[in-house]
Parts: sequence; C-alpha cells; structure tokens
Amino acid sequence: MAELAVDKHVKYILSVEKNKDSFESVVMDHLRMNGAYWGLTALDLLGKLDSVNVDEVISWILKCQHESGGFSGNIGHDPHILYTLSAVQVLALFNKLDVLDIDKLDITGLQNEDGSFSGDMWGEVDTRFSYIAICCLSILCCLNKINVEKAVSYILSCKNLDGGFGCTPGGESHAGQIFCCVGALALTGSLHYVDKDLLGWWLCERQVKSGGLNGRPEKLPDVCYSWWVLSSLIMIDRVHWIDKEKLVKFILDCQDVENGGISDRPDDAVDVYHTYFGVAGLSLLNYPGLKAIDPAYALPVDVVNRIFFSG
Amino acid sequence: MDSREDDGGEPLSRMAEWRDVTPLPQDDGPNPVVPIAYKEEFRETMDYFRAIYKADERSPRALRLTRRAIHLNPGNYTVWHFRRLVLEALNADLDEELDFLQRIANSNSKNYQLWHHRRWVVERLGANARAKELNLIKKILSLDAKNYHAWSHRQWVLQALGGWEDELDYCQQLLEEDIFNNSAWNQRYFVVTRSPFLGGLKAMRASEVRYTVEAILANPNNECPWRYLRGLYKDDIKALVNDPEISSVCLKVINTKNNYVFALKMLLDLLCHGFQPCHEFRDSVVALRTSDTDPLDPELSMAICDILEHVDSLRASYWIWRKNKLPVAAV
Repeated sequence: MAELAVDKHVKYILSVEKNKDSFESVVMDHLRMNGAYWGLTALDLLGKLDSVNVDEVISWILKCQHESGGFSGNIGHDPHILYTLSAVQVLALFNKLDVLDIDKLDITGLQNEDGSFSGDMWGEVDTRFSYIAICCLSILCCLNKINVEKAVSYILSCKNLDGGFGCTPGGESHAGQIFCCVGALALTGSLHYVDKDLLGWWLCERQVKSGGLNGRPEKLPDVCYSWWVLSSLIMIDRVHWIDKEKLVKFILDCQDVENGGISDRPDDAVDVYHTYFGVAGLSLLNYPGLKAIDPAYALPVDVVNRIFFSG
Repeated sequence: MDSREDDGGEPLSRMAEWRDVTPLPQDDGPNPVVPIAYKEEFRETMDYFRAIYKADERSPRALRLTRRAIHLNPGNYTVWHFRRLVLEALNADLDEELDFLQRIANSNSKNYQLWHHRRWVVERLGANARAKELNLIKKILSLDAKNYHAWSHRQWVLQALGGWEDELDYCQQLLEEDIFNNSAWNQRYFVVTRSPFLGGLKAMRASEVRYTVEAILANPNNECPWRYLRGLYKDDIKALVNDPEISSVCLKVINTKNNYVFALKMLLDLLCHGFQPCHEFRDSVVALRTSDTDPLDPELSMAICDILEHVDSLRASYWIWRKNKLPVAAV
C-alpha cells in the first residue's frame, strides 16, 4: 500500500497559503479563515506547525475581527459564525486564545427562541450553526452563556427515522449535518439522546466497495466524509463497525504523490479542504506518525488538553 | 455562467457610470496582476465592490455591481448581504429578483448564500409567490434530484406558505424516476408525517406499507425503502413485528437468493423483537448457505448473523457485534 506523502503535503499546504494570486485563492478570498483552519490544522497533525510565522497569522486573524466580536472570512468582509469558529480554532492551535476578549464575542445573541442558532444577523438557521456556537463557546469555556437545554432539544428535533440528523426538522440525514449534531451533543454531554446502534448502522452503511465513505445513500464516496462519518462513529463508539484498512487505502489513493495534496476521489484535483479532511481522517484511524485529533473539537488532542487541563 | 447580461462584461474602469469611484483592492499584501481575462474581471469587480460597500452606496448601479460580482463568485456572502440592503433601500421588484436567482441556481445550485437570499426574497413576497416558487424548485431538482439546499428550501416553503396538496404526487413522480433517491424518500416521510391533509402517519401507514413493499420487491438492495418501512412504525415496534406484510416481504426477497442483505437484517430485527418464525423462514435462510460457508447455526438469528458476516464483509464487525448481543429469547 502507498504511504502518506507527509513532506509533499506540507509543501503543498504552505504553497497554497503563499500563492495569493492563484485562481483558487481569489475565489476562496472570502473564506480564507476556513482555509487557514484547514491548512494549519493539517500542518499541526503532520507535525509541521512550526513552519509558519505565528505572529503574521495572528495579526491577520485579529484584523478580521469586527466590532460585534465576530470574525469574517477575510479582511473587509462581514462577520459570520462560520469564520468565528475557524478563527478561535486557529488561535487555540497557536495557544493564543488569550488575545481574545471573550466578553466581546456575542454568540449568545445568535441563539433563537426555539434553541436553534442563526449564522449571522440575517438569520439563516441550520444545525451547523448549533455545532459551531457550542464548539466555540466550549473552547472558550463559557457554554453557560447560552441555553444548552434548548440548544440540545432543537438538535434532537432534527433527528430522523434512520437515527441521523438534518439541517432543520424534517431535513434529510446527511453525514456533515450528523457530525455537527453528534458533535454538539458530545460537547454538551448529551450523547445519551442519540440512538447509537441505529445511527451507527446508518453511518457504517456509508462505506462503499472502494473502501471510501459517502455522505448519503447512493452518493459517490468523498474523502471529506472520512472526517464527517468517522468522527461521528468515534463519538458514538461504533467506529469498529467499518473496514478501517480499506478506508485508509481509499484516502491514500486520493493523494497527489508528486505535488502533494489530497483530492475528493482518486485522480481528481487536490485542494486544501480535502487535504485537511484526508489527514484528519487518517489521524482518526491512528495512522502512524500523525498527531491524534479530537473528533468533537476537530482540533489536535494535545491542543484540547492544553485548553482544559493547563489550568 | 453569464456575467454579461447587463453590461457586456466590459471593464468597469472603462464605463462612464463608474468614473467617480476609486477601486479598493483587497488588503492582504501584494496583489500581482493575474494574466487571465476572467481573473482580471473578477478582481476589478471586487475592487469596485469594496469601494461602494465601504461608501455604503445603495443605488441602482450598486445593485448591478452586486449582480456582476455574484455571477463571478456566488459564494461571497458579503456581496449577497449588501445586495439585500440595496434591494430594501430601492424597494426593488422582488419577482424579478426571484428570476435572477433562478438563473444563478441553474448554473450553481450548491451554494448556501444563494438559498438563504432566496428565502429572504420569498418571505417578502409571501403566499402569492408559493406556486411559482415550488415550481422553480422543481426545475432545479430536475437537474439534480438530491440537491440538499433545494430540498431544505422546499420544506421551508411548504411549512411557511403551504402547497402540500400535490407534494405526495411529486414524491411519487421522483421515485418513479429514481427509486434509489433517498431525498425523495425523505420528502415522502416529511409529507406523510407533516401534511395537514393526509391525517398523519398512522392513517397513512397501510397504504404506505403497500407502496414500500412494492418498491422493495422491485429493488431489494435499495436501503431507502427498508429504512422508510422502519420509519412507518416509529415508536411502535410491536406493530412492525406483528404485521405479516413485513415478515413476508423479507421471506420473498430471501427466497430469490439475490440482494438479500437488507431482508436478512430486517428479519434479524424482527426476531430480536420477538417475531416467531415458522419453519419456512428457517428453510429459506438455510437455502442461502453456499458451499464455502461453515455449517449454519441451528438457531435462526445466529445463522443470519453468520451469513451476513460473510456476504457483507465490509461490515463484518457489525454483524459479529449483533451476534454477540442477541437477546436470550431470540437465541
């Protein structure tokens, strides 16, 4: 079996960050904060976070913070909770959470009467935002700022007949949404509400013959689901139900072994998003040489431990 | 994607109406010139956008500029946000906006900003927009019948504005086109459980079970109807076990000796919940034994787990786990 091309991937991630005039980076301009999280977390898992200039990254992140406390995807854009979580996660990676004025960060105001969360002032509701709000507040050790009970009950209202979760009540189960819901339930100590055997069966049915995982029935496998499905299976303690070896092989088959980077499926074009999810998936599968990643916080385990146990 | 419907894609710097605006480049270090025309147009448009956004200019030309920027990159949420402010300020015709959104969706329908904006527009148009909107969503689903955003939006329209009357027929039609479409099965469940016209899950159960059983017999390897069947007996596992239609569809599929994994799984679930099988079930399961399997366990549930562990080897650990937790009564 092929091996993980660690040095090539590190080189690729660093080149994406530097190459600001590539077409990909121009179109991704507005979500550069997510890109920073994907690239930097992957680098940390690969053991190479020290190859970036910390001060440069932190000063750019702080320039993306707005009056409301929220962060935007890049300088000059509007704040959105999607980018706020990425900013907080990157600050955590560098042990720089202390630069944040937590009281200024208004996540509480995004919670709605029914317990759901909106992504920004425009009010789009989605269980993705429930996870993001809960993960953010949990990293900052202030979950008590929201109504956790209502947040949990909204997530449970999105549970489906197959044990999975959708974006809103009645929405189809989708592995990405399941990660968000199970992650939010894990972070609030509410996993006992999940029908683990039913959901575990649905999640392990996502593995297809090639070894890869899809996100919904009858869809193509994609490396990003190595993260969404796998982390969910780990959180509900059912990961031994899939064929891990075949999944490792599928992810490794999606590498560009010449120029670095990982794609969605074998022989497709690589990008930093799938590179992160591939490396994170391999980390969840205990691939040798990679740092362990926490399935709920989506951060390296040593980073999570530092937040909660360094007192 | 057509970014030229207003202005022919001409550089803004050459257009009279933008002469008074100084473009504002992205503030993230040096921005070398990109040698491809499309990128040039993109960068120039965004530079002008930053300028009018900073000046908070809510004018007709600002509306046109956001349209151009959206065509070039529909993922930029700040542009959408600003467009809403401009639409509000100008009291613009939102019917026209809906048509514009449809054109964008036809070429780029997997984009959160687009759908959120669309909901904002439909919310303002109200019930009058219902029929048109449900129809437009159908057109997008005809291009990709599993588009998660379109389904989510459709569910919102039904709940906010109504239009449930034809929805079951619509699900029916989509399932006829592709019986493996899990989104259509999910929508069917949504309609059966939530439509104010159908009387709820229990009232619909008998006819839905008939429909689902037919779908299973046509394609026993389709996981969607098997899960749907379980959903029809939500919180009523006893009724599932006691319904002869359920055990009988399992038996029929097992007897074909093809694509029987889900049928065996369902039979196993029934057995674990107290189903008492007649000898016919045992005979059918025994008949699945191939020469390379070990002798089957005399206990039916055990035998099923053994077969599944063998034929569904990707999930062998799941079936071993099922075997180990078989309730005493079933063993």
